[in-house]
Amino acid sequence: MEALDRIFIRIGEAFSAFLAQYLPGPAVTVIGMFLSAIIISTFAALTFMLLTWLERKFVGRMQDRIGPNRVGPFGLLQPIADAIKMFTKELITPAGAHKVVYNLAPILVVAPALMIFAVIPFGRDMVAADLDVGVLYLIALSSATEVAILMAGWASRNKFSLLGAMRAVAQMLSYEVPLVLILLTLVLMAGSMRLADIVAVQGVPFALLQPVAFVIFVVAAAAELNRTPFDIPEAESELVAGYHTEYGGMKFGLFMMAEFIAAFGMAALVTTVFLGGWRPWIVPLPSWLWFLIKTYLVLFVFIWFRGTFPRLRIDQLQAFCWKFLVPVTLVNVIVTGVVVTFFPLVRNGELVVRGVGGWITVTAVYLAVNVLFALVVAWLYRRPTLQAMQQIQVGQPAGRGLSREVQTA
Amino acid sequence: MTAEQVVFILAAIVTLGSALGMVTTRSVFVGALWMVAVFGGVAALFILLGAGFLGIVQILVYIGAIAVLILFAIMLTPRVMGDPQAPRYNRQWPLVAVMASALASLLVALVLRTDWPVAQEGTPTIAGFAVELGKGFMTTYILPFEVASVLLLVALIGAIVIAREE
Repeated sequence: MEALDRIFIRIGEAFSAFLAQYLPGPAVTVIGMFLSAIIISTFAALTFMLLTWLERKFVGRMQDRIGPNRVGPFGLLQPIADAIKMFTKELITPAGAHKVVYNLAPILVVAPALMIFAVIPFGRDMVAADLDVGVLYLIALSSATEVAILMAGWASRNKFSLLGAMRAVAQMLSYEVPLVLILLTLVLMAGSMRLADIVAVQGVPFALLQPVAFVIFVVAAAAELNRTPFDIPEAESELVAGYHTEYGGMKFGLFMMAEFIAAFGMAALVTTVFLGGWRPWIVPLPSWLWFLIKTYLVLFVFIWFRGTFPRLRIDQLQAFCWKFLVPVTLVNVIVTGVVVTFFPLVRNGELVVRGVGGWITVTAVYLAVNVLFALVVAWLYRRPTLQAMQQIQVGQPAGRGLSREVQTA
Repeated sequence: MTAEQVVFILAAIVTLGSALGMVTTRSVFVGALWMVAVFGGVAALFILLGAGFLGIVQILVYIGAIAVLILFAIMLTPRVMGDPQAPRYNRQWPLVAVMASALASLLVALVLRTDWPVAQEGTPTIAGFAVELGKGFMTTYILPFEVASVLLLVALIGAIVIAREE
């Protein structure tokens, strides 16, 4: 069990020891850093392949279809077929496009998505770069993606690309605010921006201590990733494909890759800050296995969203963010600040909650405050919610309206 | 040359080269992209100096917020967007040249006259930096911090007042 838990660390240590026989110390360090970067990037690429298959398979099942099933067992080799197709397609730069910016954009979209993996703790002591500002680093990466998206939309010289890019960036800028405010709440509780520290503090997963923040975070994360029901930036029926309309072949593949890897990164972040990261739940499996299980559970929820909800309108989307999510998360920061003052989890970098009794007390207090908070929010927002419900009821499903017209005719 | 010097020279070349690209390009949009590269280079310099927190905030605020808003504003202004044959300089260039050289000489004079402290053993490195910065904002530098906050709040309210429909 112990050996299995640390197997990747052991392999790494053995390999550096092997190299150290032939090479000087600094060279071993540099090679080790390059190798871990290559391994993590390869892992990201493999994750991308698996995720495309999983998403198509799951959504297919939800829509009463089979999904890909021709290439390999259960269609498992479909991503490889897709990759071969993308790599062998002709690379086209549209006439009128700004060549340098157009070709640079897909690379700059993928780079931040890959860099997410550097700070994610995949297991006990398994993190490539243990930054003490890890949370801030992740937010900075997601905001750097926006520049690349604007580049793609502008350089394509296509009004659909431009519109898609502007929608995407407006949405990502807005939904970043609640995400950052929630992460601030958790940093308040953990007393550190280092992701490994946030995992270490979670004797009880933060999803139980901050359920309101957890739900809002998952919703805002779906919006930040431009996933259904927030896929307005690439609404097929309105914009062809949004900011990557003019891209084909592997350039388009890079945009897809960035999207799926960012989804995995966001799921990994949710797992790390809310679900206790690599900490095992009840069943003692290796820590990295638990981390992957939880991350794929979160990913499944994102895919489930996609199979369930229709797309929102852009004004509804922005109103929901600025009139509901931002005020609620802002007040949550203040409420949590007060609670943390009286029931701290961490003092001067030391965990102060002791034993099962301590954790039960802390969980009960945080949970009670959250339930109270949720009730107050629900009471304050009862009128706008009712109005929104009425608006939805006015616009009836297309099918029913049609049948009535047919009847009257 | 140590590895740090190599990285410093690379970051400096990227920063200065991008700054040159920014002022010489004809397209406003491409100029804004060069500016993003400048911000990235400055962030790299901060990280190299051991101020990782500052470097990441530089990326977050300058690239993620300010540069994106500038790009956004350019995209919403069709007159500025499309013209690749736009003149590179306008009539004000002599005035700007005078102002820029005045600012440059002031900065150079300041840099030369400052007695730069060299990091001692035990100077807070990346690990303690964010903590020290936060404590500084809340104690010694509370007044400038609050004034900056009020300024941002005023800008926020001003933007709402301008954009509000009557």
